Amino acid sequence: MVQLMNRTDNETKATVSPMEAPVREAAKPVVYDTKQLNLWYGSHHALKNIDLPIRENEVTAIIGPSGCGKSTYIKTLNRMVELVDGVRTSGEILYRGRNIFDAKYSVEELRTRVGMVFQKPNPFPKSIYDNIAYGPRIHGIKNKKILDEIVEQSLRGAAIWDEVKDRLNTNAYSLSGGQQQRICIARALAIEPDVILMDEPTSALDPISTLKVEELVQELKENYSIIIVTHNMQQAARISDKTAFFLNGEVIEFDDTDKIFQNPADQRTEDYISGRFG
Amino acid sequence: MRITEQQPGVSKRYIDQTSVSKRMDGRKITNTVFKTLFFMATLVALLVLGILFYRILSQGLGFLSADFFQNFASRFPEKAGIKAALVGSLWLMAVVAPVSMFLGIGTAIYLEEYAKKNRVNDFIRMNISNLAGVPSVVFGLLGLTIFVRALALGNSILAAGFTMSLLILPVIIVAAQEAIRAVPQHVREASYGMGATKWQTITRVVLPSAIPGILTGSILALSRAIGETAPLIVIGVPVIIHFLPTGVMDTFTALPMQIYDWAKRPQADFQQVASAGIIVLMAFLLLMNSIAVLIRNKFQKRY
Repeated sequence: MVQLMNRTDNETKATVSPMEAPVREAAKPVVYDTKQLNLWYGSHHALKNIDLPIRENEVTAIIGPSGCGKSTYIKTLNRMVELVDGVRTSGEILYRGRNIFDAKYSVEELRTRVGMVFQKPNPFPKSIYDNIAYGPRIHGIKNKKILDEIVEQSLRGAAIWDEVKDRLNTNAYSLSGGQQQRICIARALAIEPDVILMDEPTSALDPISTLKVEELVQELKENYSIIIVTHNMQQAARISDKTAFFLNGEVIEFDDTDKIFQNPADQRTEDYISGRFG
Repeated sequence: MRITEQQPGVSKRYIDQTSVSKRMDGRKITNTVFKTLFFMATLVALLVLGILFYRILSQGLGFLSADFFQNFASRFPEKAGIKAALVGSLWLMAVVAPVSMFLGIGTAIYLEEYAKKNRVNDFIRMNISNLAGVPSVVFGLLGLTIFVRALALGNSILAAGFTMSLLILPVIIVAAQEAIRAVPQHVREASYGMGATKWQTITRVVLPSAIPGILTGSILALSRAIGETAPLIVIGVPVIIHFLPTGVMDTFTALPMQIYDWAKRPQADFQQVASAGIIVLMAFLLLMNSIAVLIRNKFQKRY
């Protein structure tokens, strides 16, 4: 049996021609295409010539040591980085073919298509129901019945419905940290996004809550494109399809996660994932 | 040295335990001395308040009757009442509260949520704090020049109300700014991250959390406005009025003005009438401050 499997494995490998990789990639359209992106905080050059094509229905992990620009990059994708004073950018990020820096592209519209989950669970000091209904409400949905359905569907989507269905009117702060983070994921789902950005979503959570969020990410990728920043390399290896390694504001390597972790092309990537620095 | 065990990381001992024990008594005495000193300092404040209360209550309670609230000012102490002043102060508040809160909260929202961090805005922020320190008589002169004369509002409720609003505006702005700043940035990010506009974020996330702090600060500022006398004197608010105002353009008098007038009269009985007026004013202030405390306790949100 083992032998058989090995053989099949070898055969498969043997048939993989160098040509096949691009063909397989072409099957999934690009959601986010970053071209020659540069970003400065005042005089600090935080992102340097980033080129990164991110594909549909995949989990793309962004790894790298602290201060390498990975959080800055993910916040640039929905222009949250502009909340900081003194940010300048050059280059372009195409979201579904449209440059998000285009003056005609409203940032509110972009953020309606691109949900975000933050490092620290940040529910509003409102009831669980009002947290989830926040997004639909700001986009004009007032009908109670429709809101009820969105809330249930989003909470189910974030695998937390069974835990909170009997206390939708209690304050979201009464939940545990892990539950709060899944509420935040449900809240992001409620705006029916196309892409979900996750900025170290499990860094403040315990191992069991982390596992739940990771399982959730695997399920969500069926319907959404997910970009996740993580400090945890095992997490990147476990849940992502593609991995980008950032260092000092540059993308050192971007490839299939298996390739990055088993056979990195760049010495610096290998040093980082094997724990020699970072 | 009795303690000879080496602890990890400690190679040599510099603190002599016997001398530490010797000095311990002295250290404890110093501690007690200062504790007593600071307690006495607190007592002084309490004592002053106690004497004030005792003097005013003992003098004024005798004159505090139903008639006192129903009579206008009079040459005879036993017929003197506070009706015009009490109603006048309520009218004044009816102008000051909406004007100062709208301008103050609006300014605070602009400075905290919309204004970019640059030198012009830093300059504005700094000067609002400076404005809070300007003496009230100066605001009186400002009101006299602008509202009473230039805008020809005369010594009306409106002119006095605008002047008082300007006086307490910096206090409200600073209190509202602090309340808005206390709303954590991460809940704003959550709102923006879902495509909310700035205005939606302010009305749905920032203000609901900041309102208790804003109201507390505003009520405390209003209670300052109700006790201020100097601007009213400068504006030329009269003391003896024998009718009630019917609109904001009417002239009026206010509690502190009335008390000031009674207190400066030579007859001893009027001193007691003044005390009765002070009791009414203090009850007013205590009521407003308690409302502020209640709001703060009831709506405190946790993050």
